[in-house]
Amino acid sequence: MKFSLGAAQFFWPKQQVEDFYQQAKDSSADIIYVGETVCSKRRELRDKDWLALAQDIATTGKQVVISTMTLLESPAELQVLKRLCNNGDLLVEANDLSAVQVMHELKLPFVVGAAINCYNLATLKVLLKQGMTRWVMPVELSGDWLKQLLDEAEDEGIRSQFEAEVFSWGYMPLAYSARCFTARSEDRPKDDCQYCCINYPQGRRMNSREGERVFVLNGIQTMSGYQYNLINEMADMQAMGVDVVRISPDSELALQKLDDFRAQLTSAKQYPLDGKAECNGYWHKIAGMSVQ
Amino acid sequence: MELLCPAGNYPALKTAIDNGADAVYIGMKNDTNARHFAGLNFNDGKLVKAADYVHKHNKKLHVAINTFAHPGAQQRWQKAVDDAVAIGCDALIIADIGVLDYAANKYPHVERHVSVQASTTNLAAIEFYQQNFDVARVVLPRVLSVQQVRQLAKNSPVALEVFAFGSLCIMSEGRCYLSSYMTGESPNTVGACSPAKYVRWQETEQGLESRLNNVLIDRYKEGENAGYPTLCKGRFDVDDNVYHALEEPTSLNTLELIPELAKMGIASVKIEGRQRSPAYVEQVAKTWRAALDRYQQSPEAYQVENEWMATLANLSEGTQTTLGAYYRKWQ
Repeated sequence: MKFSLGAAQFFWPKQQVEDFYQQAKDSSADIIYVGETVCSKRRELRDKDWLALAQDIATTGKQVVISTMTLLESPAELQVLKRLCNNGDLLVEANDLSAVQVMHELKLPFVVGAAINCYNLATLKVLLKQGMTRWVMPVELSGDWLKQLLDEAEDEGIRSQFEAEVFSWGYMPLAYSARCFTARSEDRPKDDCQYCCINYPQGRRMNSREGERVFVLNGIQTMSGYQYNLINEMADMQAMGVDVVRISPDSELALQKLDDFRAQLTSAKQYPLDGKAECNGYWHKIAGMSVQ
Repeated sequence: MELLCPAGNYPALKTAIDNGADAVYIGMKNDTNARHFAGLNFNDGKLVKAADYVHKHNKKLHVAINTFAHPGAQQRWQKAVDDAVAIGCDALIIADIGVLDYAANKYPHVERHVSVQASTTNLAAIEFYQQNFDVARVVLPRVLSVQQVRQLAKNSPVALEVFAFGSLCIMSEGRCYLSSYMTGESPNTVGACSPAKYVRWQETEQGLESRLNNVLIDRYKEGENAGYPTLCKGRFDVDDNVYHALEEPTSLNTLELIPELAKMGIASVKIEGRQRSPAYVEQVAKTWRAALDRYQQSPEAYQVENEWMATLANLSEGTQTTLGAYYRKWQ
């Protein structure tokens, strides 16, 4: 089993991004995803900065993957996407079918990210034909769903053609909109957002009027209010053949989580989850925000 | 431009055709479509009747198979395609790549439309569907501005359909798991958003409360208009500011965009609302037919009538309408 650090979802100042990845270079991660996946207006790092950062991390011997945007709406965004896809040697994570199309045209392998709707065997087969080498399961799917699908892939004789990765810790991306909810929270339209996401390095909490943490607002993205935590499901994941466990960074804390998850492989222990801050419901086929 | 109307049952379908729809879209009575509600949709006998009525009037029937197939149950989605083709549907509206693949291979002659649930928002994604599944049309998600739609229309290798009126989904459709996060059920997996069985209304000292799977979605003061607790349209607390943090209860209405949409060559304007009554379908179809005909007769003189707006506002969530993402300031 390998452990990955997903692309950082929040908008951080350039220095913070660089500091974070300096630490990540020394972390236990086998795979590190880098890049802007949420909003093309976030330009603390330009595409060439991301590629330089990625090349720098790659010197450690870790696999580095360029993560790409999820919601692409303009030709300018497609241009940036094409530059990132055609980067020379780094693997790319496609988070929209546009990236699948571009990578297929380039005849290059790619990772299918969790925001692409791949729910079944027939879809896996189409994506494999396009060049997919790793599949990240959509966050709303359960352990049972995954097991059944991986078993079907085995029966079909295609299981060895791709790795399966599971989003296992962190705030889950749940939705993408044209509207920027962070700008809205400051009563601004998106076109005059003043890049206000940078003031919320862990997003903005959106609670119910009873104080329940419902969602986290992160620009045009809506995230889970609780952190997903599958640390107690490591044995199950291993048994069903999950290849990569993804930790989604919200801060340096994520680097510690990489170690905690990895330690489960050698000396498993049961972690009690805090139902007011963590959840694992999706894995157990119940409401995502619940704990079982 | 084609006027494409929703029908959740046979009376609604007849009403749509009788009031000016050029085409009607329907779904099967199971979880293969994104309006999988009790008492709604079509099964065997009704499907045949629906197709007969539509075709007798020389109109078109689209069948929405727009959820994502479950492992071990892909036959259900394939059967939905088979059944839709068997009744002679004019187009299949499909979201799942695997289902599209099946339809394109087995029924290459039956038109395939990419469902809004497939979240196709740019040219490269459109090309993906066109090159792999030879689709005839793409339904655009409600996340693009008018300028972005125009740019796509100029370059798209396939016809485009846009949402014109109805409940406003504010997220990129097919990529929103808010409902399953709160209830375990989402449009993608079970064909419903904020399902009714999780809704609870309660009178309290602080006012009428609406809950979805126990999470407080909204609380209404005396006299406030209480709407269905679709979870993205409730009032929430962001740093002690209580407001509609995602969106207000409102519906999309694009009557004023008809000239622009027509000029950019949009193939079809779609009315949302398979879950709504025949009375809703009647009013919306009639109003949109009148507007489209008016534009057709004298494009230069086209103006939105106040009466049309009032009729549509009355059928809208919170009795208010918006241009949604088409209008950049909304974003």
